Amino acid sequence: MLETSTPVKWGLRAVAIGYVFFLVAWPVAMVVRATFAGGLGNLTDALGDERIVGALQLTVMVAFWAVVINLVFGVTMSLLLVRYEFPGKRVLSALVDLPMSVSPVVVGLALLLVYNGRDGWFGPTAEAAGLQVIFDSPGMIMATCFVALPLVIREVVPVLREVGDDQEQAARSLGASGPQTFWRITLPSIKWAVVYGVVLSLARSLGEFGAVKIVSGNITGQTQTATLLVEAKYQNFQQESAYAISFLLIAVSVACLVVVAFLRPRSDER
Amino acid sequence: MAPARAGALLDDVAASPAGSTGGRRGRRPRRSTPRSTLTRGSGLALGIATVWFSLLVLIPLAAIVATAGENGLGRYIDVLRNPQTWAAVQLTVGQALLVTLVNVVVGTVIAWVLVRDHFPGKAILDVVIDIPFALPTIVAGLVLLALYGPDSPLGVNWAFSEMAVTLALAFVTLPFVVRTVQPVLEELESDVEEAAASLGARPLTTFRRVILPSLVPAITAGAALSFARAISEYGSLVLLSGNLPFRTEVVSVRVLTFIENGNNASAAALASVMLFVALVVIVLLDIVQRRVSRRA
Repeated sequence: MLETSTPVKWGLRAVAIGYVFFLVAWPVAMVVRATFAGGLGNLTDALGDERIVGALQLTVMVAFWAVVINLVFGVTMSLLLVRYEFPGKRVLSALVDLPMSVSPVVVGLALLLVYNGRDGWFGPTAEAAGLQVIFDSPGMIMATCFVALPLVIREVVPVLREVGDDQEQAARSLGASGPQTFWRITLPSIKWAVVYGVVLSLARSLGEFGAVKIVSGNITGQTQTATLLVEAKYQNFQQESAYAISFLLIAVSVACLVVVAFLRPRSDER
Repeated sequence: MAPARAGALLDDVAASPAGSTGGRRGRRPRRSTPRSTLTRGSGLALGIATVWFSLLVLIPLAAIVATAGENGLGRYIDVLRNPQTWAAVQLTVGQALLVTLVNVVVGTVIAWVLVRDHFPGKAILDVVIDIPFALPTIVAGLVLLALYGPDSPLGVNWAFSEMAVTLALAFVTLPFVVRTVQPVLEELESDVEEAAASLGARPLTTFRRVILPSLVPAITAGAALSFARAISEYGSLVLLSGNLPFRTEVVSVRVLTFIENGNNASAAALASVMLFVALVVIVLLDIVQRRVSRRA
């Protein structure tokens, strides 16, 4: 093991802690403190505001459906990519990672070009069939799905590879059906990876801003999510409400991180 | 390389007439089964998943390229010749490169401290690193504004300046290099370092000649991720940078302005330019990484 001299060690430690403290810890602590500057007043005021409660409910609804869709899609896709062979598998597995490196603004634009009701590729057809995508919740759910898409797959694929398919084959040879094998053998062995992926997707989905801003049209009281409301409140000089909503979002994302930090070692021990 | 590999796969198929089942018992069970092993149920699942993936991701992204390319290259030239857009492109790429460089240095230091150093509170540092991943970007902008904005307790006011762009990009890209380097550093065998030290190499030499080469692939991968994220950042800049034309306006904001003005074709052209820049940088970093690891 490389031995560093004491001054070097302290220097490196100071750089690491100082950088993270000034860039992340102190700014976040400032907002938390500002929220509670007047006691619990800011929070209770915010939770009494119909517009804020509506935005929070909308955010939770959109995030819930996005996580459910990504969970089903992610687990299915992971199983297909690891357990089966088919032409084009390598291309598909590269493409599945693509949404991570696309700007949220570009995601919004891409969905707008295809699904807007005026001159989109599929938009007019969908609207004729009674489904409004853009400026309504289906579009917001799709945008959220898009940005969080690879998170479940990234967690589940390595675990599936690692556990191998011996147990599944044993179950099959003893006469278990496909669904039985999945529910009793495969799912228990990837359980923690799935939970981890879901928590990460949830954090990402609750916080999505750019893509949702474009496809939702940001209509006050109708398609305004919590993150969009933070922007609106701050720009209207209602900083207290902006801080209160931000605090709630910070609390949820830190809670997600803590859950993950607790899960990680347990899944390693197993 | 890709055609060669495909050729090898075809040879495999030709050599084993039993096809997939014959290859299964081989030493590399998964690699040597090039033919489809889909059952009826999994085939259906693949079909549904692919349709959803196409509707959600592939067709919309294709629409961007198609819309941007409707008038050939003219649209791209028009968009990039606009001085305000060009200033935004320069600012975004410049700041993204700067922040990536900072991340390469500081991120490696943080990863080193997290793996090799021990002090009380290290676990907290480990969790705090991930906050930029989990925090909504608009909230990221707001928290930075609280410490570095007009009411700063530090006595600085970086809001609406270029410094604000640097800060926001540094915040959102912090975890990338740390989280790619950390696992590699954890797996590193210490006997080579001990051998180098026992042969009289000084710590700095050991680090430069022994440790750094094995970290380079991870650092490059982290740098690529952080650059791609930085040039596409939007949410954290909205409140913090003020989006002043020619000064703090980044490309994502330009794209959004085009969209809001109903000029989807220009938005698509600019968006595809940025996708292209991200791709070029990722490929360049990959080449650099190969060079370095070949030399080591």
